[in-house]
Amino acid sequence: MQPLTQIRSRTVVLPTRDIDTDQIIPARFLTTTSREGLGAHLFADLRFGSDGEPVAGFPLNSPESEGCEILVAGNNFGCGSSREHAPWALLDHGIRAVISTEIADIFRNNSLKNGLVPVVVRQEIHDRLLASPGAEVLIDVERAMIGLPDGSEVSFPIDGFARYCLVEGIDQLGFLQQQLDEISNYEEQRPWKP
Amino acid sequence: MTTARTLFEKVWADHVVVDETPDTPAVLYIDLHLIHEVTTPQAFSLLRDKGLPVRRPDLTLATMDHSTPTTPVASLKDLLVVGESAAAQVRQMQQNCMDFGIELHDFDSEHRGIVHVIGPELGATQPGKTIVCGDSHTSTHGAFGALAFGIGTTEVGHVLATQCLLQRKPKTLAVEVSGALGSGVGAKDLILAIIGQIGVDGGTGHVIEYRGRAIEALGMDARMTVCNMSIEAGARAGMIAPDDTTFEYLRGRPRVPQDAAWDRAVARWRALPGDADAEFDRTVSIDAGTLEPMVTFGTNPGMVVGINEPVPDDTGDTSFRKALDYMQLETGKPLTETGVDVVFVGSCTNSRLSDLQQAASVLKGRRVADGVRMLVVPGSQQIKKAAEDIGLDRVFLEAGAEWRESGCSMCLGMNGDTVGRGQLSVSTSNRNFEGRQGIGARTVLASPLTAAASAIHGRIADPRPLLDEG
Ligand code: SF4
Repeated sequence: MQPLTQIRSRTVVLPTRDIDTDQIIPARFLTTTSREGLGAHLFADLRFGSDGEPVAGFPLNSPESEGCEILVAGNNFGCGSSREHAPWALLDHGIRAVISTEIADIFRNNSLKNGLVPVVVRQEIHDRLLASPGAEVLIDVERAMIGLPDGSEVSFPIDGFARYCLVEGIDQLGFLQQQLDEISNYEEQRPWKP
Repeated sequence: MTTARTLFEKVWADHVVVDETPDTPAVLYIDLHLIHEVTTPQAFSLLRDKGLPVRRPDLTLATMDHSTPTTPVASLKDLLVVGESAAAQVRQMQQNCMDFGIELHDFDSEHRGIVHVIGPELGATQPGKTIVCGDSHTSTHGAFGALAFGIGTTEVGHVLATQCLLQRKPKTLAVEVSGALGSGVGAKDLILAIIGQIGVDGGTGHVIEYRGRAIEALGMDARMTVCNMSIEAGARAGMIAPDDTTFEYLRGRPRVPQDAAWDRAVARWRALPGDADAEFDRTVSIDAGTLEPMVTFGTNPGMVVGINEPVPDDTGDTSFRKALDYMQLETGKPLTETGVDVVFVGSCTNSRLSDLQQAASVLKGRRVADGVRMLVVPGSQQIKKAAEDIGLDRVFLEAGAEWRESGCSMCLGMNGDTVGRGQLSVSTSNRNFEGRQGIGARTVLASPLTAAASAIHGRIADPRPLLDEG
């Protein structure tokens, strides 16, 4: 994974609450055996009509959303399935951070392991961001701060270990592999075996 | 003095290989890793790239369920009915399991089925285990007092390579269920009511423990229905303390210990329930006696009402409005006059034998209404066989329903079993998300009884009058 310290970008806003993983990427696109190319199907049923044409008015179809790396989404983003295809699709499309008031556990976990930054902010900050699509925002992963369009800064919660891995570009599997002796000890010494 | 611990805390503590610190998460050992064809190919590719073996193939169990046809598969040609890429995914799974020495319940296995159905059925799911799968409904296995949760594909790779996961300890939420469920009201209605009460994000960051008289009274199939939908409340996992009901279910199953080892296991399991004075981070309560059959009216499982209650008033929230527009439903009216196009009885929520028996009890001697397509998909080949042994297949077929091979099927519509655009489906599955059962499909979640009653009437219907008629 590439080290990730900062993201500075204009925002694209999707105000709907409870956007689930089936909306982020519908199940019919999960028959793939690779993680490439999923961006083409990001929000497929919201972005494209039954004729396959882009839906006018859907925020990710607007020319202004071009190049936006930060998605501001309605409350409780990413609920539903454990499909890692959801963060893969967002990243493949060019989204590198999602801001909401709440982000579902499995989606958040999956995102952090792929370099997509989940940013939870309180309602008042969220309301301001929802109201100003296209505003420029700075996400400073290293300091766990977000820089708002008015120049002010607020911190956001992020697990220290996950942040360290993002900033240093560390693969968590490598960290686990360093514990293999401990794991073997545990296997040998536990009082019952599964 | 030892401090009082909850069921979750006991199972968690028992599996910590390396303690969590402010800087690093805990290394948690995994006792059972369930895998299926959709969320694993990229994880196996990672192992191949790094030249790593699967650390514990003996603790890994594989099936194929998500992208598989529910019509018989005798040859490759039969597999292609779901499409080239799904067939390729299935072939990749066969290859991966062969190369890495993992037991796979393939099309020729009499134990193939939905991953969350076969784990318990084989007795691989046991109290006190940690169980993970690249699938959010892994919470199902918590019904046995296991700590079971869904993970992503990267984490599937971590478990394949190290049998461990990096985890922060979640918080605990007790859901106390008092009273007793009324006739015609079941586990599905209960869990829908709980999600309605706490919301689809009400459990985020928590492991739920379901407790109380109404929970203790449930059989294992029903407990699995409840724990299955914990994730629909955003929870990491759902758990129920193991008791005699649990042990009786497991006794004699292929993967449980036998003879003296069984007695030792039961003795260990009896120590798992939480201590009387253990504390939870949060507690919510619900009275099972007040519940009616429940149906969802919106596009997430928390948008739910009693079958005779009106759809609530518009909250002014745009997402609420959008959901009702999508569902083509109106506020202020109950769902009971709404016409039905499709009825689906299946999924890891409600496809076990007792679910099928309930649906059959309503359908017996009756016909599915004209113009309604009803699909019954057993959760596993074992359940299919058990159902056929007691003639349930005949009941379904004579009523005009379709009777299929096991799999996820219309729960997520990736195997070609889908609901058409704009059609309304009453489904015993767990997600009524937009497009979940097919593009533009409108899903109403309900119990097997309510689904069967709706099939007969051709509109959403309360099953209780039919039960009274017998
Ligand atoms: S039945 Fe549905 S919810 Fe259950 S594992 Fe299959 S797709 Fe997932």
